[in-house]
Amino acid sequence: MKPAVFSYSAPESIEEALGLLAEHGSEAKVLAGGQSLVPLLNFRLARPAHIVDINGIGELSYISSNGSLRLGALTRLTAVEESGDVSSGHPIITRAVSHIGHRAIRNRGTIGGSLAHNDPAAETPALLLALDSEVTARSAGGERTLSAQELVGDRFFETSLGDDELLTEIRIPALAASSGWGFQELSRRHGDFALAGVAAVVTMDGGAISSAALGAFGGAYAARLPEAEAALVGAEAGEAAFAAAGERAAAEFPTTSDVHGSEEYRRHLIGVLTGRALAEATSNTGGENG
Amino acid sequence: MAETITVVLDVNGVGKEISVEPRKTLADAIREDLGLTGTHLGCEHGVCGACTVLMDGEMVRSCLLFAVQGAGAEITTIEGIGDGGELHPMQRAFSEYHGLQCGFCTPGMILAGIDVLRRNPDPGPQEIREEMGGNICRCTGYQKIVESVQAAAAEMSKEGVSA
Ligand SMILES: Cc1cc2nc3c(=O)[nH]c(=O)nc-3n(C[C@H](O)[C@H](O)[C@H](O)COP(=O)(O)OP(=O)(O)OC[C@H]3O[C@@H](n4cnc5c(N)ncnc54)[C@H](O)[C@@H]3O)c2cc1C
Ligand code: FES
Ligand code: FES
Repeated sequence: MKPAVFSYSAPESIEEALGLLAEHGSEAKVLAGGQSLVPLLNFRLARPAHIVDINGIGELSYISSNGSLRLGALTRLTAVEESGDVSSGHPIITRAVSHIGHRAIRNRGTIGGSLAHNDPAAETPALLLALDSEVTARSAGGERTLSAQELVGDRFFETSLGDDELLTEIRIPALAASSGWGFQELSRRHGDFALAGVAAVVTMDGGAISSAALGAFGGAYAARLPEAEAALVGAEAGEAAFAAAGERAAAEFPTTSDVHGSEEYRRHLIGVLTGRALAEATSNTGGENG
Repeated sequence: MAETITVVLDVNGVGKEISVEPRKTLADAIREDLGLTGTHLGCEHGVCGACTVLMDGEMVRSCLLFAVQGAGAEITTIEGIGDGGELHPMQRAFSEYHGLQCGFCTPGMILAGIDVLRRNPDPGPQEIREEMGGNICRCTGYQKIVESVQAAAAEMSKEGVSA
């Protein structure tokens, strides 16, 4: 038997799940797709006394769009990847999700689980930071809205959710008609965790950039790149502006060395990928993105 | 003795009631409680794909699911894809095109190959490589696996069968 002993419940409603989380407190762990949690259990790196399996809660799985997008936390990554509602309004999400692991992983893995796990090399947290998303967290005591930054910002493999809180919904605002997007990552093999990656959303005013949002991953934690963003505002879209932003991005990105790559290499990558993501974003503004 | 839960697992069209601890993985239950040892365990943390099974038609890692989560789902393992004594065309192709050597990765590879063809009946070699990148083989060097999947695709379109 790989995992340590735990007791198990499979609630069928959000209310029931919140009751169980309130009862078991820090002894409990939510089980969504299990694609990150079960490896930790199998290695006994996590030894929760109680597992609350939310897979039976149908009301946590949905995709709804009216310009802005609402995703139930339990929506499988494959469902997000294949959704026409997602790809028509937010093709950057379709692209980013296709980079997460392999098909079998995405068939079970959920958008909420990916966000709640907050792996610094994961696509989802940086993506949702760049898209100015917000989430709903519920507990037996009530409900609160958090920005993606409040949820995952400056955090490594953890979030600001309380032990008794369940992430229920992710909301992504509509992209402006004059905006474009780019998503670039580098991994050793297709499906591997990224060494580094950048999600970019750029709004244009004629040939000039009026605003830019950059979310980077593959370092110490997922982060926006405010220095690089500021440098882009008012600049003419082009190689010079992208290179200048890339230099700032490389300098400000919070990263360190590990077995997969040195700090220096990762900074270099973030600089290059920022430039590429911006070139991609400014080439597909105005609804030409596919 | 830790708590056990009774579940009915529907594997390859046969329902069987088993009593398991909640921490028992679906892979272990398939092997130990159902005696179906075609599902292999390599890494037991989602990386190698040897434990791949189909759950309601979708390819999943059985080492990352608990047996109790299999209740109510239709599960298909490598033992369930042939037709009685007849091999599935994907199995035949792996045999004919040397898509296996030691055979450890093969049940997962064959199920992953079937999943690829279900989504695209005529994939090119690059697509097969990307789509099957989640399954690791230590023997073949992958070339023969890709050829086997392509051969199965050709055979299945000739026979008019879908994956
Ligand atoms: C081989 C392999 C390759 C992978 N490659 C990538 C990759 O390239 N990029 C990537 O980003 N990820 C990758 N992953 C991880 C995968 O994307 C996971 O599915 C995802 O990170 C977690 O989602 P989950 O639904 O499986 O969550 P689980 O594993 O079920 O849970 C993860 C954590 O989130 C908590 N949680 C889950 N849902 C909620 C909720 N609604 N409310 C509160 N807490 C919750 C759990 O308690 C747990 O702590 C890979 C995994 C494997 C096995
Ligand atoms: S044993 Fe399940 S993926 Fe390796
Ligand atoms: S045939 Fe030996 S691992 Fe693939």
